[in-house]
Amino acid sequence: MMPIIHVFDPALCCSTGVCGVDVDQALVGFSADIDWAKQQGAHIERFNLAQQPMAFAENPLVKAFLERSGAEALPLILLDGEVALAGRYPNRTELSRWTGIALAEEKPQSSCCGGNSSCS
Amino acid sequence: MHSIKFLDQPPRFLFFTGKGGVGKTSVACATAIRLADAGRRVLLVSTDPASNVGQVFGIRIGNQITAILAVPGLAALEIDPQAAAQLYRDRIVGPVRGVLPDAVVKSIEEQLSGACTTEIAAFDEFTALLVDSALTADYEHIIFDTAPTGHTIRLLQLPGAWNGFLEEGKGDASCLGPLAQRSRLILVARAQQATLREVARTHEELDAIGLSQQYLVINGILPADEAAQDPLASAICAREQQALQTIPDALKRLPCDLIELKAFNLVGLPALRQLLTTAIPVTIHTEATSIAIQAPSLSILVDDIAKDGHGLIMLMGKGGVGKTTLAAAVAVELARRGLPVHLTTSDPAAHLSETLSGALAHLSVSRIDPHAETERYRQHVLTTKGAQLDAKGRALLEEDLRSPCTEEIAVFQAFSRIIREAGKQFVVMDTAPTGHTLLLLDATGAYHREVSRQMLSTTTHYLTPMMQLQDPKQTKVLLVTLAETTPVMEAVNLQADLRRAGIEPWAWVINNSVAAATVHSALLRQRASNELSEIAAVATQHAHRYALVPLLKEEPVGVERLLDLAAGNA
Repeated sequence: MMPIIHVFDPALCCSTGVCGVDVDQALVGFSADIDWAKQQGAHIERFNLAQQPMAFAENPLVKAFLERSGAEALPLILLDGEVALAGRYPNRTELSRWTGIALAEEKPQSSCCGGNSSCS
Repeated sequence: MHSIKFLDQPPRFLFFTGKGGVGKTSVACATAIRLADAGRRVLLVSTDPASNVGQVFGIRIGNQITAILAVPGLAALEIDPQAAAQLYRDRIVGPVRGVLPDAVVKSIEEQLSGACTTEIAAFDEFTALLVDSALTADYEHIIFDTAPTGHTIRLLQLPGAWNGFLEEGKGDASCLGPLAQRSRLILVARAQQATLREVARTHEELDAIGLSQQYLVINGILPADEAAQDPLASAICAREQQALQTIPDALKRLPCDLIELKAFNLVGLPALRQLLTTAIPVTIHTEATSIAIQAPSLSILVDDIAKDGHGLIMLMGKGGVGKTTLAAAVAVELARRGLPVHLTTSDPAAHLSETLSGALAHLSVSRIDPHAETERYRQHVLTTKGAQLDAKGRALLEEDLRSPCTEEIAVFQAFSRIIREAGKQFVVMDTAPTGHTLLLLDATGAYHREVSRQMLSTTTHYLTPMMQLQDPKQTKVLLVTLAETTPVMEAVNLQADLRRAGIEPWAWVINNSVAAATVHSALLRQRASNELSEIAAVATQHAHRYALVPLLKEEPVGVERLLDLAAGNA
């Protein structure tokens, strides 16, 4: 069973947040990453503080996080209800680790860990 | 009786659009009465912030469908966009107030205080009227005195934006498809070049998204008869005819109706029934003259501004109120006093800045093109931050970048390059960011970064850009309006928005005032007397200080005419 990822975004002026005053590269990239993961069957849901604040208030973990650290500490990412990441968006590698979705076209590593050698 | 083109075989939905003060509401009311008089069942919906539909019919309407007993077959509904936006915010914020930390709630509220929210909330209020339901089954025509902008329509086409609407089971988004075929868009304008250019842009934008049934109405044209009686009327007539002859190409192919200026107030049924008639207006030939009222001139305001020796002067107001002209007049007045001034404008026509370049010692002029700046900003974001995206992602990003805030930000960024000069000389700008944009920029730190990078503080003590804008010694905002109900209401809203950002407008300037001119024409005297209550409201309720600028015989181009304007010489 693929885990469920819940993303609690800061107050964004639209659902993706890229129409605001300074287009945030992280948001642009994350929107694309989410799209990619969803196409691979991942269960991801986003909540925008400006549009769905109830979702923040109803989750004790998220509510406590906001009380402790404020809205400026968002985003908060939950994996099956547990905190997986806070303060930044996950990258594609992290999404892949959480969901078990393989990263496409991964080149075999040519570093010291390549081949059969062990690099302990 | 002359036939009105936009009334020919009207479809179910009629949307009137145009900037504040062109007479949309009057034309919409007159249309509703005309159709009801012809035996149709009509619902009139007003979202004008200064809606006077109730006053026009002499009854209280408000936020519910109310039958207009004096006009059989007619019912009306008034939606206050500010109230609708407040309800929309309350619906979202109310349940978490006291539950989430106060600072968090505040950040949500600010995010929901923009122009987009107001527009979407108002549109949301009337979406239920656009689908067939028991609510609308009784009406053959539904007339709106407003139309959504292209941006709102695009947003609403996105499935997400329809969620609230659909969840309540009011309808289905698929009903919107045929909407365009059942709708007629009536662009209302005045015979002024700047207004017509703006209308041409609205036309193209809405045409591009499928609202192709468009008609043009040019309202308030001064009849040629008036010209004979009065030099000001004669000059206005000539200017209007000139504007009509040089109408933008995009508008030329639209069916067009011209409506003459009426001498009577457009209140009450008999008056509205006459609005759409083009019978020879009854001109009252008398020897009467109305003498220009006494009020402070722009030049007197500039005396005060000049005392500080330097600073940022920003003129703010809705499109078409004459910000560029007044910015030029302020700059010329300052330069005449021997003070160094940089005038920077977003004047699309460029003729004004061209005529001033090199015209006066101490005056330098620059111009930015808002459309070019916005396009450059969009392309910059798309090629940098959107570089990694696939086609779908890029399309989404492109759509997001079409928001009105994007344009405001792009323009302000271009201006912020010039703001830093205001420490040593005067900088006069014909635009200003809204309080909402400033608060968002401040909150995200984007503005801070942007401007501090460009200001490279020459002063020893560090001052944030927000502090610079909030300090009246360094920055003066002049709110520009016209002596008419809707433009004054719009300026009141702009003032409230700036106050949220801790910026107190320094003065108001009422432009194009007929009351400030000496007139003989009966029509113009009527207009002058209509202006008095608006001028009084600005002087006594809204402004700390104000100036009145008369309607001029000639376009105020060039140094001499700008000085005349500032001095109040009509």
